[in-house]
Amino acid sequence: MAQQIEQTRTKAAREGSPWTGLWAVVLKEMADHLTSARMRILEILIVLTAGGTIYTALQSLRENIGQDRFIFLRLFTTARDPIPAFVGFLLFLVPLISIALAFDAINGEFNRRTLSRLLAQPIYRDALLLGKFLGAFFTQAIVLTAIWLLIIGLGLIGLGLPPNVEEVGRSFLFLLATIFYGGIWLALALTFSITFRQPATAALASIAVWLFFTVFWEILADLLAQVVRPVRIGFPQEILAQAQLAQTLGRFSPNTLYAETMVALLQPSVRSLGFLLPSQLQGAIIGAPLPLGQSIILTWPQLTGLIAATILLFALGYVLFQRQEIRA
Amino acid sequence: MAELVIETHDLTKKYGDFTAVDRLNLSVRAGEIFGLLGPNGAGKTTTILMLLGLTEPTSGSVRVLGMDPARRPLSVKARVGYMPDLIGFYDELTAIENLAYTAKLNGIPRGELNSRIQDVLERVGLSHVANQRVGTYSRGMRQRLGVADVLLKRPQLIIMDEPTQGLDPEGAREFLKIILTLKDEGITILLASHLLHQVQATCDRVGLFREGRMVLVGSVPELARQVLGGAYRIYLEVDGSRQELAGSLRRLPGVVNVITRDDRILEVEAEKDIRPDVAGSVVSAGGRLLRLDAETQSLDDIYSRYFQEVEHGAAN
Repeated sequence: MAQQIEQTRTKAAREGSPWTGLWAVVLKEMADHLTSARMRILEILIVLTAGGTIYTALQSLRENIGQDRFIFLRLFTTARDPIPAFVGFLLFLVPLISIALAFDAINGEFNRRTLSRLLAQPIYRDALLLGKFLGAFFTQAIVLTAIWLLIIGLGLIGLGLPPNVEEVGRSFLFLLATIFYGGIWLALALTFSITFRQPATAALASIAVWLFFTVFWEILADLLAQVVRPVRIGFPQEILAQAQLAQTLGRFSPNTLYAETMVALLQPSVRSLGFLLPSQLQGAIIGAPLPLGQSIILTWPQLTGLIAATILLFALGYVLFQRQEIRA
Repeated sequence: MAELVIETHDLTKKYGDFTAVDRLNLSVRAGEIFGLLGPNGAGKTTTILMLLGLTEPTSGSVRVLGMDPARRPLSVKARVGYMPDLIGFYDELTAIENLAYTAKLNGIPRGELNSRIQDVLERVGLSHVANQRVGTYSRGMRQRLGVADVLLKRPQLIIMDEPTQGLDPEGAREFLKIILTLKDEGITILLASHLLHQVQATCDRVGLFREGRMVLVGSVPELARQVLGGAYRIYLEVDGSRQELAGSLRRLPGVVNVITRDDRILEVEAEKDIRPDVAGSVVSAGGRLLRLDAETQSLDDIYSRYFQEVEHGAAN
């Protein structure tokens, strides 16, 4: 009996680890990305924006060194006409990088006719897909970390001050959030590269989703909130309910999640990402910065939301890829 | 009896209502070259994908090297080399870089990597272009690189899907030569193709596919006997009265039928090779023999005859 159970168990189990060959795929992907012309164009683009925005930020920050405890964080958020702040650029540069890294991940292999040859090697599909994702994810993480270090370096030279511990912690968490914000678009583009046979279609679909969330989602969320929770009489409760629904809906967009995380982490004086009623502010010193721990608690739902969305989208792509027929 | 490398039992694959492979019973012995023949869409590629565990069978069982590819895909794929039709490589990488990727996916130890890559490149005659980007390769060179790619894992069985498609005659000939050297090393080869001459020249046994079913199996002479009824055709080009000559030829023992073709050609259908008798008969009947050809039994004839018969039968 026991033997029988053992037999059925070994029969049901898949042989070997699903991650056999994973690192071979990851390293190959990273080598491809880091040497590709596509990546070089993106690097030039991002270095130019970082350099430009930080330079203009420095111009305006130099005047009030010593007055602000978090002057390093201001490097990221200070805008001076006509150039927006660096974080503003990140909001659309990061999706662009991610989409560019992943839109032809699977269909590219298919069109080069390397997919069936790859899958005939002793690896599972799991390893190939996760390897593709991690390869692009690490590439993106390397690029963003390099930019982050570059900005801190420029800040050191330009401001002549070292960042304090809290600034380093906050900007590091901000970097982490940025990487996972990219992860969402990476997983999305990867999923489209599985569903669409043509890389151009996959790229276009990814950009369409991005545009939808950047431009239309906010408008749509407001409209929906007005329909579902109309203000009939004009009670404050009605207005509040409508605004809260609009905000909740707005948070389905990764852009909103990222923007809120950004605000909470880079502006220590922000105490809430929702609505504050005067009663809730009793005893608070307006404008006093929150400690890092409190800011993390404040932005925890947004941070986990970014990570969860990345994992969910990847899981969707994973299921689609496992079911896909390999032949043309 | 030789050990079976591939064994399928009532293997079936359905895509919705469409049956791609229908109750296939295939056995391939160790060390032989087996040809899968059939028109496009007959189910050859689907069969191959099931042998590799890349597609799950709807019903029936598969054993490759004694293992079930759906349950133990890694062990099967570590021992079986697969060359897909129109094989692709990363054009921007060199041959060595492409092979190094395959080697790493196969878990070949780092220390052996270089020597094994050099070794397989030498065997397919690509050492001199090893550091060129694969994008610059001709079709024939890519195909040979495909063989190198497969040999890297030191397979016991190699499955090739339309390996000579799109090659020029010289390239195809060289390619078939490589296949024969692999057989000498004891590697079993399964070759799917619709290019009959090449299959005939290389394969020990062939299986004929039609609409998902394997309708004929055996060596080429065996199939010829089955399909062509063992007929042996002799073509004569003669000068003289053809009616008279045909009459005397009919009287020869072993002759089944004599057909007079256009002006000078006579076609003799015989039970066996009776060329000397035919020649003697023509000369003694006063005819002048200009040319005498015997038709070898080719897979072409078997193939076209078989499908003609089937279609004819279906039409009735």
